[in-house]
Amino acid sequence: MAETVRVIGDTLPGADFNSPLLEVDGLHVEFRVRGERIPAVRGASFTLEQGRTLAVVGESGSGKSVTSQAIMGILDTPPAKITGGAVRLHGVDLLEQNEETRRAVRGNHIAIVFQDALSALNPLWSVGFQIGELFRVHRGTSRKEARLKAIELLDQVGIPDAKNRVGHYPHQFSGGMRQRVMIAMALALDPEVLIADEPTTALDVTVQAQIMRLLKRIQTERRMGLILITHDLGVVADVADEVAVMYAGEVVERAGIRDVFKRPAHPYTKALLRAIPRVDTVGQELEVIGGLPPNPARLPGGCPFHPRCFAAEDKCKTEVPPWAEPAEFHGSRCHFAEEVYADER
Amino acid sequence: MNAELGQADRGVDPVLEAKDLVKHFPIQRGVVVKRTVGHVQAVDGVDLKLYPGKTLGVVGESGCGKSTLAKLLVGLESPTSGSIKLQGKEIGNLSNRRMRPFRRDIQLVFQDPYTSLNPRLTVGDIVGEPFEIHPEVVPRAKRAGEVKELLDMVGLSPDHVNRYPHQFSGGQRQRIGIARALALRPQVLVCDEPVSALDVSIQGQVINLLERLQNELGLAYVFIAHDLSVVRHIADEVAVMYLGKVVEQGTGPEIYDHPRHPYTQALLSAVPVPDPDLRGQRDEIVLQGDVPSPIDPPSGCRFRTRCWKATDHCAEEVPSLDVGDNGTHPTACFYAEERDVTHAVK
Amino acid sequence: MSELTAPTPTAERQASLWSDAFRTMRKRPDVIIASLVLLFVFAMAAFPSLFTDQDPTVCFGRDAKQRPGTWFTGEHPLGTDAFGCDFAATLVHGTRPTIALALSVIVASVVVGLILGILAGYYGGWLDTLISRALDVFIVIPMLMGAVLILSLFRGRVSTDTLAETIAVPFLALSLFGWMEFCRYTRAATLETKNLDYVVAAKCLGASDRRIMFKHILPNAIVPVTAVVPTTIGGIIVTEAALAVLGIGVQPPATSWGVLLSKGTEWAGGGYVYLFAWPLGLLILTVFAFATFGDALRDALDPKLR
Repeated sequence: MAETVRVIGDTLPGADFNSPLLEVDGLHVEFRVRGERIPAVRGASFTLEQGRTLAVVGESGSGKSVTSQAIMGILDTPPAKITGGAVRLHGVDLLEQNEETRRAVRGNHIAIVFQDALSALNPLWSVGFQIGELFRVHRGTSRKEARLKAIELLDQVGIPDAKNRVGHYPHQFSGGMRQRVMIAMALALDPEVLIADEPTTALDVTVQAQIMRLLKRIQTERRMGLILITHDLGVVADVADEVAVMYAGEVVERAGIRDVFKRPAHPYTKALLRAIPRVDTVGQELEVIGGLPPNPARLPGGCPFHPRCFAAEDKCKTEVPPWAEPAEFHGSRCHFAEEVYADER
Repeated sequence: MNAELGQADRGVDPVLEAKDLVKHFPIQRGVVVKRTVGHVQAVDGVDLKLYPGKTLGVVGESGCGKSTLAKLLVGLESPTSGSIKLQGKEIGNLSNRRMRPFRRDIQLVFQDPYTSLNPRLTVGDIVGEPFEIHPEVVPRAKRAGEVKELLDMVGLSPDHVNRYPHQFSGGQRQRIGIARALALRPQVLVCDEPVSALDVSIQGQVINLLERLQNELGLAYVFIAHDLSVVRHIADEVAVMYLGKVVEQGTGPEIYDHPRHPYTQALLSAVPVPDPDLRGQRDEIVLQGDVPSPIDPPSGCRFRTRCWKATDHCAEEVPSLDVGDNGTHPTACFYAEERDVTHAVK
Repeated sequence: MSELTAPTPTAERQASLWSDAFRTMRKRPDVIIASLVLLFVFAMAAFPSLFTDQDPTVCFGRDAKQRPGTWFTGEHPLGTDAFGCDFAATLVHGTRPTIALALSVIVASVVVGLILGILAGYYGGWLDTLISRALDVFIVIPMLMGAVLILSLFRGRVSTDTLAETIAVPFLALSLFGWMEFCRYTRAATLETKNLDYVVAAKCLGASDRRIMFKHILPNAIVPVTAVVPTTIGGIIVTEAALAVLGIGVQPPATSWGVLLSKGTEWAGGGYVYLFAWPLGLLILTVFAFATFGDALRDALDPKLR
C-alpha cells in the first residue's frame, strides 16, 4: 500500500484520498461531423469506489464506450470534443490536466481492456515485449527484469507455460488467451481503476465465463475499482455491485445491483429486463421494446425514451425529466420514477 | 439412434432430414502442384430431422461446425458424404443447375444485416430478386405487388421499396433479409445466427417476427445460434454440437433442464442468468483451455480433452449418440448423467 | 407493443455512391478548372472547325516559319510551321487522333481488364492461375518497351488515310499493355466481394454465375477501376507522345500532339520555340487536368474518406 501511495503522489499532484476513487460528473461529449454537432454523451454521472464493480449498461449508440474513452483520455479529438463535466480521480479533475499528467495516469491509475484484443495488440512484437515495454517506459526497468515481470503477469492471468509463451506473437494466441494478454497488459502498472469495455463480447460463452471469473478474481485480489461496460445483463447480474443504465447518452438509472434487477425505477430498464430471453425459463412471446434506439443527431424532445416507452404521457414529450431518487442510492431520470419503482406502471 | 424420439406420435414425415452428414475441407499446400496435407473436419457425421412447422435449434461454440452445417443444408457446400433429403428427395450432391428447383423450398437467413444486402440495390430490387431468378413463380406484372406484400409481412412499410439498405437500421435490414428469404414461399428457413448482431431490444422484435411467420406460414426453422437463451426461447428441439459432432439432442426442457452430456452442462452453466439472486447459487462448471483444432481432433470422444469425467475408454472409442439405459434423450457420452446447471441448486 | 410497429427508416436523402461522389466533386474548384480544360480539349477533338477556319493541309512554302503575331492575331495566330502550314489549325486538328487514341485504348483496356479480372477472381483455380501469371508477365514488361517492340514491327507499313487506320496500330500496342492495372483491381475487388453474404444469398436463391458476376460483383468492382481511369488516360496521352517522338507512333503525314512535338523538337533549337512549346503546353495541361480529375474522383469514391 505504501508503494502505491508514493506512486500516486508522484503522478497525481493534489490527490485527496477522502474523495471517491473515480467520479464522473455531468460529462458531456459531442462529435462534430461535417459541421454538425452530434451529442454522444449528455451529462453522464456515476461514482466508483475502491474494490467495487460498476456496470455501465447500454445498447449500441448509448454513449457507454465514448464515456469510457473520455475517462481514459483516448477520445479522438477531433471529431470528438468534451464540452462539459468532470472526471475526478481522487478528487483531481483529469480533464483539466495537461497531456503529460494524463499519460502518467493512463496505465498507472486507470487501465482499459478492449473488446477486440487482436487489433489492440501490435502484431509485430511479441506479447512479452509489449508488456515489458510498459515497465521500461513508465518505470525505467531493465530489459531483463521487464521480461521477468511479463512472465509473472502472464502467469497471473492464467496463461499456461508463461515462460515460453512470453516470446510468442499475438496471432499465436487464441481469442480467449489474447484477451488474457490484454488483461495482463492492463494490470502491468498496478492501476486502481480497470475499465473493461465489452471484454467478452467477441468470445465464446465458455471462454467468456473464464475471462469474467479472471477479472473478478483479480479485482478482488488487488482491490481495484472495475468499470464493466457491457450490453449483456446476464454478465452484469453475475459480477456487478452497482449498475448505471445508459440510454441516448444519459445515465437513466443508477442503483445497486439487486435494486436495478428487482425494482427498476426507469421504464427502459424495466422493458429491457423483460425483453431478454433467459436460459432458465421458457417464456411465451418475448416482450419487446418497440421502435429503434434514437439517432443521436435527431433526439426526440423531452425524455429521449418517450417514443418507445410504455409509461409515456404528454409531458414526457416536452419536459426533460429530472433526476429522481425513489429510494436511497437509487436514482432514475423519469417523470414517473416513483410509480415505476413501486411497480404501479 | 435417436430417430423417432418424441416424434413417434406425429406420424408426419420430416420436411428436412440429414443422415450421417460429413464435410471435410482439404488443406492444400503448394502453388502449382497442390497436395493435401490434412482435412478440417468441420462436420463429422450429423443426423438431423426437422418436422413441418417446428424449430430445430443448433447450438455450439465457434468452430463446432454449425455454420458449415447451415451451408450444407441449403446447398451452398456439397457434403463429403452422407445424405440430405428435402421433402423426401435427395439434394445432397446435386449440381447447381439441378439444385435450382429445390432452392425455392429452402432458404437462408444471414447473421450480418450489413453485408447480407447489396448496398447498390434498392429494397425493392433485393426482395424482388428471387422472382427474377425464378421467373415462373410470379408473373412479371404481379411482382411489384408481391414485393410490397412481403415487406408488409415482415413489418416494413411497402412504401420503402425505393430506398437503399444503408437507410435502414440493423433490425430493419434483418427484416429485409427475411422478406427476401420468404419470397419463394419456402418450407424451411435455415437461420444462421439471425439475431446475434442486433441490440437486445431489437433481438426480441426479430425473434417474435420469426415466430409469427412460423405460425402464419407453417415454416420449419433450423435455428443456428451460439446464444443458448435465444435458442431456448424459440426452439422445439435442440442439438448441441462440439467439434463437428452432435453431442446431445432433445426437446427444450430435456436439454436445458435435464442436460446429460458434460459439454452441454458446461455450456449451460457458463451462460449468465440476468438475476443477481442466482449469483453463486448455480452449479458452476468452468472449462479449462480452448476448443481443440478441427484439423486434428482428439481420438475417441472429442470432448475428452476438456472433460472432467474422461477415462481411457473415452480416448479409445467414439461414444454414439444414444438414449442409453436410463436416459431420456440421445447423448453421446459413456458417462451421461443428469445435472441441473441452469437453476439455483446450492 | 408488437413487433409490427417497426419504425420508418431515417428520412435521409436518397443517395447512391455515384451521386454522392458527383456532389462532392462539384464543390471542388480544382475539379471545376480541370473539367473546363477537358471540355475545351474534347471540343477541339470533336469540332475542330469551331476553333480554326484554316485547313492544316493547305500550306504555302513561302509562308514557312512565320512567328506568331504579337497578340496572336493576323492570318496565322500561332504562326506557321516549317512547311508553311497554319500552326493553330495543325494543333487543333492534331487533337482528334490523340484523344481518339487515348479513349479507345482506355475503353479496350477497361473492358479486357474487367472481364479477365472478374473471371479470375470469381472462378479461381486454373483460370485464375493462368490470368494471374499472364498479368505478372505483362506487368514486368514496361508499357513503353512493349509498345516499342510491337510498333517497330509495323513501322512504315501502315496507311494513314483515315482516323481508324492512323490509330489502329498504336491502339493495339497500347491496349495490349494497358489492361493489367484494371484486371488487378477487378480481381481484388471480386475476391473481396464474392464471399460477402449478399453474394452468398444470391447463390442460395439459385442465381446463375453470370447474374452474380454482373449484377452483384461488377457494380462493386467497377468503383476502384473508375477511380484510376482518368489518370490512366493522361498516361496514355504521354506514352503516345513518347512513341511519336521515337518515330513509331502515329505516322506522319497524319498529325497528333506527339507528332507535332516530335517535329517541334527539330526547330525549337533554331529559335522557333513556339513549334515545340504549344503542343507541349497543351499536352501538360491536359494530362494535369486528367490527373486532378482522377485524384478527386478517387477521394470522392473512397468510402473510408466519407
